[in-house]
Amino acid sequence: MIGLLAEVPYWGQSLLRVLGGLVAVLLPAGTIVYIFLFKMMSFMQSRLGPMEAGPYGSMQLFAEVGKWLQKEDIVPDRADARIFKMAPIIVLVSTFLLVVVVPFGPDAFFTNFETGVFYALAVSSVSVLGILIAGWSSANKYSLLGGLRAAGQLIAYELPMVLAVMGVVIQAGTMNLQKIVVAQNSGSMFGIDVVGHPYVVSQFVGFIIFMIAIQAELTQAPFDMPIAESELVSGYMTEYSGFRFLIFFIGEFATAGVFAMIASVLFLGGWGVPFTWFGWTSIDDIANWMNFVGPLIMFTKMMLLVFIIMWIRFSYPRLREDQLQRFAWKGLIPVALANIMVTSILKVVF
Amino acid sequence: MIAQNIGFWTIAIVMIVAALRVVTTNNVVHAALWLVVVLAGAAAQYILLAAEFVAITQVLVYIGAVMVLFLFGTMLTRARIGSESDLNNTYKKLGVPVAGLMFAAMVVALSSSFGKEKIPDSPKVISTQEVSDQIFGQYLLPFWALSFVLLAAVVGAIVLARKD
Repeated sequence: MIGLLAEVPYWGQSLLRVLGGLVAVLLPAGTIVYIFLFKMMSFMQSRLGPMEAGPYGSMQLFAEVGKWLQKEDIVPDRADARIFKMAPIIVLVSTFLLVVVVPFGPDAFFTNFETGVFYALAVSSVSVLGILIAGWSSANKYSLLGGLRAAGQLIAYELPMVLAVMGVVIQAGTMNLQKIVVAQNSGSMFGIDVVGHPYVVSQFVGFIIFMIAIQAELTQAPFDMPIAESELVSGYMTEYSGFRFLIFFIGEFATAGVFAMIASVLFLGGWGVPFTWFGWTSIDDIANWMNFVGPLIMFTKMMLLVFIIMWIRFSYPRLREDQLQRFAWKGLIPVALANIMVTSILKVVF
Repeated sequence: MIAQNIGFWTIAIVMIVAALRVVTTNNVVHAALWLVVVLAGAAAQYILLAAEFVAITQVLVYIGAVMVLFLFGTMLTRARIGSESDLNNTYKKLGVPVAGLMFAAMVVALSSSFGKEKIPDSPKVISTQEVSDQIFGQYLLPFWALSFVLLAAVVGAIVLARKD
């Protein structure tokens, strides 16, 4: 966005960036909820899903939001009211901070952070704080257990996520997400550059680990012990109602969208098309229309990855708490470390 | 430069207030959350100094890992809602002069080594590559020594915690 809006005054740029951020967070979240949560899950369970509000129930989302906004904002008597009210906001803010580094086109980005991936990983870990204090401040043993489970799970799966990203960073030689996109689209595999060099091919192990880790980071089934409804009512969200529940809900699916965007930037080539298609050689040659097509390409790739996440969510039963921890520490982390070693050896050799 | 100064003082005041609240609040979890504000303020100051990498590391390590573990630990053992009266112990009187002494030592050390120096108007942004070249070149030995200390701590924790 910076490049596009060079002539706009600074306050105008800031305003447009805030608006862009809202669109980049809320639009994917709404689409994901409607297409996957309402419709795909229903079809997988041989039912129609919401059909009343609007054609094929497409206005259902607005009806739901309206319902939640009307509900009373209940704070339990014994709860720590200030912290209780603050917790969902921390979770949502961390999502908004996350979208800031995602590039959507050659000039369509919010900030071109030199250490973009690292920033994304750091900021995503802030949401754990919100979840933890939501569980504690509810003054409810189910909530507290849910919060503790969530914290243990998110810490355990953050490590394989960071380690999986490291392979991509080694291969691209940069932590800047924009440069990672360029490196993938201007690269070639065995001299063939028709499809560029998306890292999903050479970093396949890393991609699988990253996808499993974000499944767990988003607490989607089979990793949904923090909100396991048959044991913990609704985990750390038990006491929340009205718009604070809505914030948690938006946060969950918006984060799914943003994580999928980051995964598509790291492994699927992000907003770009292989540069050889149009004879571009560097990022400066790219035609201006990519700033408008790029976001659409990103959106398509994001929907594809979220489809996989949701597909697994609706298909698999929940793991047990000890299985979850063992899987992260004894399965994913050693494999991710081996992946880094192999990647760096190959990087030095070739 | 004025904007940076305003930013610095705003963040610094927020940090000082938060730091005081860490030790005066009557609830363990509140104290931990005030500490999060202090640490986030430190990260913001690093950003003002154009030290992007250090700032992000601060967020990842201190807010994302250390504070979460801290809260996790207190919530598992003792973290009541509402105020607790027995948080202060008898060492409080000893703590105040020690903290004052530490502050004086820091002021002397910093002003004697950097007293005359001024940060240039447009500080040079040091790239992450330069930082890593330094760590894995000139400072490789201390870096290794530090990682061995951490490894020893981890092994020690396992030895202490395991019963069998």
